[in-house]
Amino acid sequence: MEQTRIGVFVCHCGSNIGGVVDVPAVVEYARALPNVVYAERNLYSCSEAGLSSLKQGIRAQRLNRVIVAACTPRTHEPLFKNACEEAGLNRYLFEFVNIREHCSWIHRKDKEQATEKAKRLIRMGVAKASLLEPQEETESNVIPAVLVIGGGIAGMTAALNLARQGFRAHLVEKQARLGGWLPHINRLCPTDEEAARLIDSVIREAQAHERIILHMPATVQEVSGYIGNFHVTVAEKEGKCTFDVGTIIVATGAEVLQPLGLYGYGRFPNVITQLELEERLRPPPSPSPVNDGGGKRWESTVFINCVGARIPERPYCSRVCCMTSLKNAIRLKKQNPAAQVYVLHRDLMTYGVEFERYYRRAMEAGVRFLRYDIERPPQVVGNGRAEAVVVWDTLRGQERRLPVDAVVLNAPLIPASDNATLSRLLKVPLAESGFFLEAHVKLRPVEFATDGVYVCGTARWPADVSESIAQAYAASAKAAIPMRAGAVTAEAITAFSVPERCMGCGTCVVTCPYQAIELRIANGGHVLSGTEGLQKQVAWVNVVQCKGCGSCVAACPSKAMQQRGFTDQQVLEMISVISGL
Amino acid sequence: MMNQSVLVIGAGIAGIQVSIDLAQMGFPVYLVERTPSIGGRMAQLDKTFPTNDCAICILAPKMIECAGHKNVHLLTYSEVVGVEGHAGDLRARVLQKPRYVNMERCTGCGECAAKCPWRVPDDFNVGLSNRRAIYIPFPQAVPRKATIDAPHCVYLQDRAKNRCRMCEKVCQPGAIDWEQQERIVELSVGAIVVATGFDPYDAGVLKEYGLGKIANVITGLQYERLVSASGPTSGELRRPSDGKPPREVAFIQCVGSRDVNYNPYCSSVCCMFATKEAILANEHDPQCRSYIFYTDLRAVGKRFQEYIARARTEYNVTYIRGRPGVIGENPQNGNPIVRYEETTAQQLRAMEVGLVVLCQALLPRRGQQDVAKLLGVELDEYGFVNAPARLRRPVDTSVPGIFACGYCSSPQDIPDSVAQASGVAARVAEMLAGE
Ligand SMILES: Cc1cc2nc3c(=O)[nH]c(=O)nc-3n(C[C@H](O)[C@H](O)[C@H](O)COP(=O)(O)OP(=O)(O)OC[C@H]3O[C@@H](n4cnc5c(N)ncnc54)[C@H](O)[C@@H]3O)c2cc1C
Ligand SMILES: Cc1cc2nc3c(=O)[nH]c(=O)nc-3n(C[C@H](O)[C@H](O)[C@H](O)COP(=O)(O)OP(=O)(O)OC[C@H]3O[C@@H](n4cnc5c(N)ncnc54)[C@H](O)[C@@H]3O)c2cc1C
Repeated sequence: MEQTRIGVFVCHCGSNIGGVVDVPAVVEYARALPNVVYAERNLYSCSEAGLSSLKQGIRAQRLNRVIVAACTPRTHEPLFKNACEEAGLNRYLFEFVNIREHCSWIHRKDKEQATEKAKRLIRMGVAKASLLEPQEETESNVIPAVLVIGGGIAGMTAALNLARQGFRAHLVEKQARLGGWLPHINRLCPTDEEAARLIDSVIREAQAHERIILHMPATVQEVSGYIGNFHVTVAEKEGKCTFDVGTIIVATGAEVLQPLGLYGYGRFPNVITQLELEERLRPPPSPSPVNDGGGKRWESTVFINCVGARIPERPYCSRVCCMTSLKNAIRLKKQNPAAQVYVLHRDLMTYGVEFERYYRRAMEAGVRFLRYDIERPPQVVGNGRAEAVVVWDTLRGQERRLPVDAVVLNAPLIPASDNATLSRLLKVPLAESGFFLEAHVKLRPVEFATDGVYVCGTARWPADVSESIAQAYAASAKAAIPMRAGAVTAEAITAFSVPERCMGCGTCVVTCPYQAIELRIANGGHVLSGTEGLQKQVAWVNVVQCKGCGSCVAACPSKAMQQRGFTDQQVLEMISVISGL
Repeated sequence: MMNQSVLVIGAGIAGIQVSIDLAQMGFPVYLVERTPSIGGRMAQLDKTFPTNDCAICILAPKMIECAGHKNVHLLTYSEVVGVEGHAGDLRARVLQKPRYVNMERCTGCGECAAKCPWRVPDDFNVGLSNRRAIYIPFPQAVPRKATIDAPHCVYLQDRAKNRCRMCEKVCQPGAIDWEQQERIVELSVGAIVVATGFDPYDAGVLKEYGLGKIANVITGLQYERLVSASGPTSGELRRPSDGKPPREVAFIQCVGSRDVNYNPYCSSVCCMFATKEAILANEHDPQCRSYIFYTDLRAVGKRFQEYIARARTEYNVTYIRGRPGVIGENPQNGNPIVRYEETTAQQLRAMEVGLVVLCQALLPRRGQQDVAKLLGVELDEYGFVNAPARLRRPVDTSVPGIFACGYCSSPQDIPDSVAQASGVAARVAEMLAGE
């Protein structure tokens, strides 16, 4: 057998590690460990200089195992593995030791102990590295078709984009019409174009495209499989329909909070929601400008923002509502310049160029703004109908009584009620807020941690139309990547079963969150001695579906499930070198 | 058939993301960056809201992935100087400035910069420290190669005098190349993406805030460098006048923005980054208190309200609604004194603090007008790239085949820039499919 030659590369991470951990001492220590033939330190192991030094080390020292002691594998492991591969080493003969998060950051105040701990962690890494084995990655095909769930502006945009790139798109909409919220909205800020015109043209394009297959009204009933090969069952009016796709985009939008019991809603007929106002403003226009049904013109309207939002039960800001109230406040002013229009707000969220411009327009149009405090919220008072809003004006330091013909409540977008079901079907997580949770807030905003499944639009977070469209494109780009390539490479750090130990109890099958394990009849080579002739079932792992989470390994009562790169032997060796057990 | 290559102008997080996506989709990409390294503003940030990940730690792998992808051709220290043609068939001329360093030979060891005797204010550290006339802009620079800043190199300024040439003497691989010339690279592409980002507004224009006069008044971007481990103080929050850690930090929002006298629009990211910087002040020194002076607290992104709630309850951050009128200085100790009206109490007040951070307006990049002219794309009145069909086609510019993403298209944070950048990749693919 080839002699084990381990190289250890210790990173200063500028002063992130070097300012706390005594890196030169750690390098000295590492150099003396069993099987270590080379050790060096780098200012930044991840820099080009660091990586070329790593590759140089592998070649010059004929290393067959590499350890980098640096930051977190979450961001940096692929980088170092790639470097190993470029230097001719199987990428699975690499071991990462985290001495930043685990040492210098957490033990910032105790440099000595931090250094000691770094040494021990490296020692464990070295012990494991000696037992590492090369692994091969498997490739699997990607079906050039996408499932888009939700036929609002986001879903249709994604379906159209991918269809135009040449992929088949199955668009599933649960309602009997496409468009989501937009058909219910009058005009759209910040351009004031008619929502219906925008959405109707997109609906026509989606319906006309030869590669878009519309399932409507329909819902997704079952999804199995994995990136490249998802099997989908959709329930439609005339029964079920099944098809296969390579990728999935979630674009199920959001719902609007019904502010029942808040600010007289449900009690006073002239307290309405923003959405109800949109409906009233929509063409064909009411004979007179907005009226209360009784024919009286609204001479005085109060919009209340953050109704049911930014409160302890629902702490978030729904992003689009401020603009919506500006839009409709301006509209009311346009219809009746003499009318009093107030917007009661907490912070006016008109971020960026266009919305801030819109805010100024509203002020120029004579819309009045009043900043209220959630500790002293506005009161809608009246008898049979709302007559006034009484509110503490924080900027004037006085209570105001605003007589009203109508009150418009601006309620937030809230997570769609089916999110939990979809989350289960697709095995993708929801955030605390109830919206879908992306893989990384900053750098992977439209991807799920599960490969091949993406999210966009208001299913992810409240967004306006242009943001929803931009995200829909983004999700399309992510879905297009594997579909254009036609194949994906699967994780090699996966579970496997040792048939000799497996009792076929099925614990792993129910534990696996990815449905990657099934029981199969053991083939001849694995039949247990003494049970010849018996048909024995043992666990079998589909490596393309396995994500290497290790749940089955922990759950297996007979140690039959093992994980590549984390075998019992490897892990026990790590423990024994520091505990002396 | 349309040319399937794409030119991306600007290699901040937006330009990097769109390049990676396009490359992975199989399109050849030419990524042109004006400065010696890709990375843009995000490389200068310490941590990033709302999760406080270290900016460079999440960016560096992307930079390397981008530069290392077989479909990405990086043209750093370069600028686009000419464009003609139409969607699907565009020709661009790119000027590569001489680095006076042979890229194949340079190992990025930094020996030259260590020995170069000429000091120049360091842009990367926003002028808080000096770099040398030959330099690698920051440790994680990609490509990690030295560049000679010609206007600051005594030899290049007057070759006849034959002075210095220290870098040449110490460069072991012999990478210094005085004969390098400007080079024009001709590219044929099907689409162009503009991702030129932002520059901070010169807050010195607002005389009442004393930037440049009062030592302990700094800008948001300078603060990022002050708390960054790779910054001029190695990550210790020390104020400029005397190097002492400040006990109170005041953050002033909307400096030169949301103000019709300067820049009427909202820069979108400052409420959040001020909150982040205030959290970091407290992480550096648990005794440290921060005060954020704001008009509207704009926290509309995912988990932003929760972030602000945590700043209040766990990190000693107080939000004061008011726009300070003037900042003075206590001559005894160099402490800035902030005078303001607390609008929710209708009271005029003064507050003495150890450090003031001005969160200045963020503008489209210097030179944005020139880029726009070359490409023929419309800008809005502030210089942001216009999207004529803003709602329907949010990433399309006024010119077919030319797209925009990131801060140059509208003020936005990293998550939105990343999403928009990926969005551009899909729009480009759609267009180049020719349907
Ligand atoms: C009152 C109001 C006014 C607004 N005004 C403006 C404005 O002026 N300008 C602006 O830019 N934005 C405005 N918006 C925001 C705008 O409505 C959203 O940006 C947009 O609707 C988001 O589109 P979407 O496709 O993400 O979601 P949605 O429009 O919600 O569409 C989602 C679709 O998915 C379907 N669906 C849900 N669950 C399932 C499932 N399980 N299976 C199949 N299908 C499913 C739904 O039926 C729906 O058709 C406003 C919103 C409101 C509420
Ligand atoms: C103090 C501060 C703190 C911040 N903190 C956060 C935070 O915590 N979280 C967050 O999400 N956001 C934060 N932001 C915002 C964030 O910096 C931006 O959202 C992001 O950098 C935008 O990326 P970009 O790629 O669009 O632009 P940039 O980062 O500006 O990149 C543009 C690139 O284009 C290059 N370029 C420009 N013109 C040309 C040209 N003509 N030719 C070639 N190249 C050119 C530039 O050199 C640069 O490399 C902060 C901003 C500031 C000012």
